[in-house]
Amino acid sequence: MDYPLLLGIFPQVFLDGIILGFMYALIALGYTMVYGVLEFINFAHSEIFIVGAFVGVELLLGLKSVGLLDGLPWPLVLFLTLVAGMAASGLLAVTVERVAYRPLRNAPRLIPLISAIGISFFLQDLIRLFESLWRNAFNLVYPTIDVLNLRFELTETIDVSVKSLVVIVAALLMLWALHVIVNRTTIGTAIRAVAEDQAAASLMGINVNRIISLTFLIGGAMGGAAGVLFGVQYGLINPYTGFIPGLKAFTAAVLGGIGNIPGAMLGGLVLGLLEAFAASYLSLLTGGAFGAEYKDIFAFSVLIVILIFRPKGLLGEIVRERA
Amino acid sequence: MSLYSVLATAAVALSSLAVATAPRSVLAFLAFQGALLFVYLARIPTWLRVGLLGVALLLLMPLIGAFNGYYLEVATQVGIFAALALGLNIVVGLAGLLDLGYVAFFAVGAYSWAIFGSPHANVIFGGGFPLAGVWFYAFLFVGLFVAAITGILLGLPVLRLHGDYLAIVTLGFGEVIRVLANNLDKPINLTNGPKGITPISRPPAPLGLPYGEYFYFLVLLIVVVVVLVNRRLEDSHIGRAWEAIREDELAARAMGVPLVRMKLLAFACGASFAGIMGVLFSAKQVFINPESFTFLESIGVLAMVILGGMGSIPGAVLGATVVTVLNLQVLKGLSLWLNELKNAGVTVLGYSLADLPTQFEPAKYERMIFGVILVLMMIFRPQGILPARRRQRELAHLER
Repeated sequence: MDYPLLLGIFPQVFLDGIILGFMYALIALGYTMVYGVLEFINFAHSEIFIVGAFVGVELLLGLKSVGLLDGLPWPLVLFLTLVAGMAASGLLAVTVERVAYRPLRNAPRLIPLISAIGISFFLQDLIRLFESLWRNAFNLVYPTIDVLNLRFELTETIDVSVKSLVVIVAALLMLWALHVIVNRTTIGTAIRAVAEDQAAASLMGINVNRIISLTFLIGGAMGGAAGVLFGVQYGLINPYTGFIPGLKAFTAAVLGGIGNIPGAMLGGLVLGLLEAFAASYLSLLTGGAFGAEYKDIFAFSVLIVILIFRPKGLLGEIVRERA
Repeated sequence: MSLYSVLATAAVALSSLAVATAPRSVLAFLAFQGALLFVYLARIPTWLRVGLLGVALLLLMPLIGAFNGYYLEVATQVGIFAALALGLNIVVGLAGLLDLGYVAFFAVGAYSWAIFGSPHANVIFGGGFPLAGVWFYAFLFVGLFVAAITGILLGLPVLRLHGDYLAIVTLGFGEVIRVLANNLDKPINLTNGPKGITPISRPPAPLGLPYGEYFYFLVLLIVVVVVLVNRRLEDSHIGRAWEAIREDELAARAMGVPLVRMKLLAFACGASFAGIMGVLFSAKQVFINPESFTFLESIGVLAMVILGGMGSIPGAVLGATVVTVLNLQVLKGLSLWLNELKNAGVTVLGYSLADLPTQFEPAKYERMIFGVILVLMMIFRPQGILPARRRQRELAHLER
């Protein structure tokens, strides 16, 4: 076995894993916040995420077509793209809740889940329909911003691109902002109160419906930000791209303990790292018999094992069973 | 003879005549299907209902197939999906275990015959393959057992999970099976990867029947058996135990329902129907690859069950028919029609259809249809179009 090679790629793989992990963490927040207040899996969150990516690419392509992409300073362009993606995804999440989940609030558990699957499928094709009519293509590529592709060589084998740093910094800022909102503001207190006990919260004068909408808005905005960052980092998107990252992010949320916000961040990072290492090392360690294709199986196996042995996740609290 | 009896007979006769005179018209074939639904729902004596349905399915349908072979293909597909929907109906509708990876069992059945019924097995075991066509009948049962065992294997670790968690794990399981099918061309070439397996042997057709008709009759036979098994199960103590688990797991356990055995049985039963259809599917298609076993297919079958009514046998068959016909005929027909209009240079409100982007194809939007079906059904009619009788009684009781 080629030990120097195994060791040599370690930092690079670690870096890739961290980036992937932040991406998962941002998406996982949407799942976990909604689960916290409604105890249901918002299956359509993966499409809310990819809508953010599409709004981002449309904005960038629009700027490019009027020649402003290289004219404006790149941090401003990135900031605008992020804001646009977050706004679109957040509003979409609120609309979806209003249309497809609120009428089912008191139905048996499987009913809103099936409705969410329906919304997810509907949105996938809606994006495709829109892009087919608008651009006559639904596989879109993020336009390149030259600064973002600059690479710093740290050592001979490791280099870091500017966009990786941007993704990490943006994700950290976003997570910090969310932490402040949830733990330091009145709104955050209200969200936590609704998650704890809806009836009691409404008796304390909290408008439960508005808080639930707000939760969807914040979760959706995080998903939208993740979508834009995903596009900037990996480039190619299509309407069906969101599905697998969405599933992985859900796994991350469960891994960290669903309903638990720090848990989602931790779960995302752990899963991202596990996956990056599986993708790079599986093939090396098994002599090419099992390649990177198995990284998805690896993620799902992790999910199944956690659910069997530690259903409450790494940081999870005991969730009451609802009849 | 009541008015309904006359109407029903006339509907079947007229619509089949319409298909015979206009074999390329989708509307005529839809009318034929509508007539069958009418026969099923109308208040006519049972002997007449069974007689008309029997004549239509055993005699008229193969005749229609002689006019337009594609309709026979549609009918065969409807049958395959009806059996899948009936299998999923046991797991989701009766036992209340939401399975989002159901197509995995279909894949297991399909690959079990595909590997041994094609020269591909030589790669693994040396020589002697493909097995002769008659082995197909044995493999119908092999597929059934292998799928049932896979069902139990999936069931064992997820027994303790409920509701949404179960849904996600079964979804993951479905993806795992697909990824395995896609990648097990190394280290041992078991599935030949994304290239798929071909040619898969077909059984010798008896009485010199053409293969279209042969598979149609075989599918019909299996669907009838599956429906009968379902009906017997529904009112047996097993079916009642499943429904008890669906309504309230704790209460069911308190009443002495053996949860573990019943849940595993539900998974195994549901899976076995998919397995047997998988074997048939691989022989019918001659070629299979992992593309036929995606998450989209699982959701398609789920949409059929929900559209017809969870837990309802006629509902599952109706749901399978509606969704399959929608996919294979209505959407495809719409695409063709649009293309014809485009080529003819038609303009609508001053907009030339020829300017429509080439990427816009109605046939590609089945997900949108599934999605709308699922959401609308959940909001407005969660019990489905033809609800299960027991559920109907419960709901009637609640309204009073």
